[in-house]
Amino acid sequence: MLEIKNLTVNYGAICALHGIFLSVPAGSIVTLIGSNGAGKTTTLKAISGLLRPNSGEILYAGRNIAGLPPHAIVAGGLSHVPEGRMIFANLSVRENLQMGAYLVRDKKAMRQELEFVFATFPRLQERERQIAGTLSGGEQQMLAIGRALMSQPKFLMLDEPSLGLAPLLVKTIFEKIVEINRARGLTILLVEQNANRALEISQFGYVLETGKITLQDNAATLRQNPQVRSAYLGGG
Amino acid sequence: MTEFLQQLINGLAFGSILALIAIGYTMVYGILRFINFAHGDIFMLGAFAGFYLAPKIAALIPLPSIAGTLVVLGISMALCAGLGGLIERLAYRPLRKRPKLTVLITAIGVSLFIEYAGQFFFGAAPKKFPDILPVWQVTRIGGLSLNSNQLVVLGVSLVLLLALRFIVLKTKIGTAMRAVSFNPEAAALMGVNTDHVISFTFALGSALAAAAGILWAINYPSIDPLMGILPGLKAFVAAVLGGIGSLPGAALGGIIIGVTETLVSGYISSTYRDAIAFAVLILILLVKPSGLLGKKEIEKV
Repeated sequence: MLEIKNLTVNYGAICALHGIFLSVPAGSIVTLIGSNGAGKTTTLKAISGLLRPNSGEILYAGRNIAGLPPHAIVAGGLSHVPEGRMIFANLSVRENLQMGAYLVRDKKAMRQELEFVFATFPRLQERERQIAGTLSGGEQQMLAIGRALMSQPKFLMLDEPSLGLAPLLVKTIFEKIVEINRARGLTILLVEQNANRALEISQFGYVLETGKITLQDNAATLRQNPQVRSAYLGGG
Repeated sequence: MTEFLQQLINGLAFGSILALIAIGYTMVYGILRFINFAHGDIFMLGAFAGFYLAPKIAALIPLPSIAGTLVVLGISMALCAGLGGLIERLAYRPLRKRPKLTVLITAIGVSLFIEYAGQFFFGAAPKKFPDILPVWQVTRIGGLSLNSNQLVVLGVSLVLLLALRFIVLKTKIGTAMRAVSFNPEAAALMGVNTDHVISFTFALGSALAAAAGILWAINYPSIDPLMGILPGLKAFVAAVLGGIGSLPGAALGGIIIGVTETLVSGYISSTYRDAIAFAVLILILLVKPSGLLGKKEIEKV
């Protein structure tokens, strides 16, 4: 569904991604792991159009979307839950979700989507009228994911959804990701520091180091890889 | 007491005009974090649009009349809305990724350009704004002499401010404006074309400034191409006073500046009337630097 070919992204003179290749098959969950500054967030931002790639192709459903503005990419069914959640803290929970459905013209489809989000995250329904800035970290993450779902995506990118959450909430969030993937056949590209859990729910994984893909394999195999275990899974 | 009420109403009328202009400053600041110094000149263009439109409208709807005034007001607002959007497109959008100072200096350039283009096309000499609104009998309530024009200014301003409030709080584009002002990147990820929202914001602010220009000209019918400078500056002060970025703050700031200035020039001395706004500004900023209704700006790390 998503095919990245030789993608290079520079920040001024600094090269953040050195021609990476990456592929996400339809319906799967693929994880991109790597340490801080490896280029994970840069990869997602280049795909969603927040950053302009310097060269390379991003083929989404067969079409090269590299360099398109973000709103055009969302319109194609690709939704990005950014690092740090970036919810609109000044808007209510409901308004945040409405913003997610900004491009959905069909009122009925929007209501159905809202029902799905509320069914997935009942907590959001309880807090519907509340200003989003007053939510807890976990609730904000639920809102960020719910908001992304409101655009009726076919492809979802999640940047560090477990960051800063208590272990119990991390578990919930990962369960929800699997649930969404199964219930809607939604293709997911996941960026995580919590590599073990991320690989657990994924079919395939990539390891990114200083802007290069250094390892790629089936998620299960990758979890057994001694290099990966020592570097990202906290133990030999 | 009667005199005080009289002055108060004068002040409220003047203040609500400032409020209409101040909204434009604060909306643009809220979204782009820069002060559009050309905004006061849109106010002037609104008045001139009315000046040139009035004879044309008079051919269709006899002036002075309420219907005719509303038509003049509506068309001037629409023209200036388009112009505001155009200025944003031509002057500011190419600088979107440049330092704020660059945009700020450009805004001053745009302001000077409009003022002197105005002198070139309209002539530098003041013009008499036509009587487009019928002035009703001066009402007397307990010795109070009310000019119907002032009531119209108050009424129209109130309606426009309520309409703005509705747009910002209840419509999709308004929600998008608030989202963009909070985080443009996140708004873009929702599918919002941020450039469209920014253009819309300029258009909306410019329409309100144009309305202020017409209301001003109805009350003080001498107009000239530099007439926007001082009200523009005072409205900017009003926006800062109320807390830049806050819409209710801009309205409140406008009212405070308008009333204070009128009362001081009525009771103390009119020599210093133009200094009042700035004195109030300095006082408030000493006590509350973020303005009356402003939020503390949290530096993003």
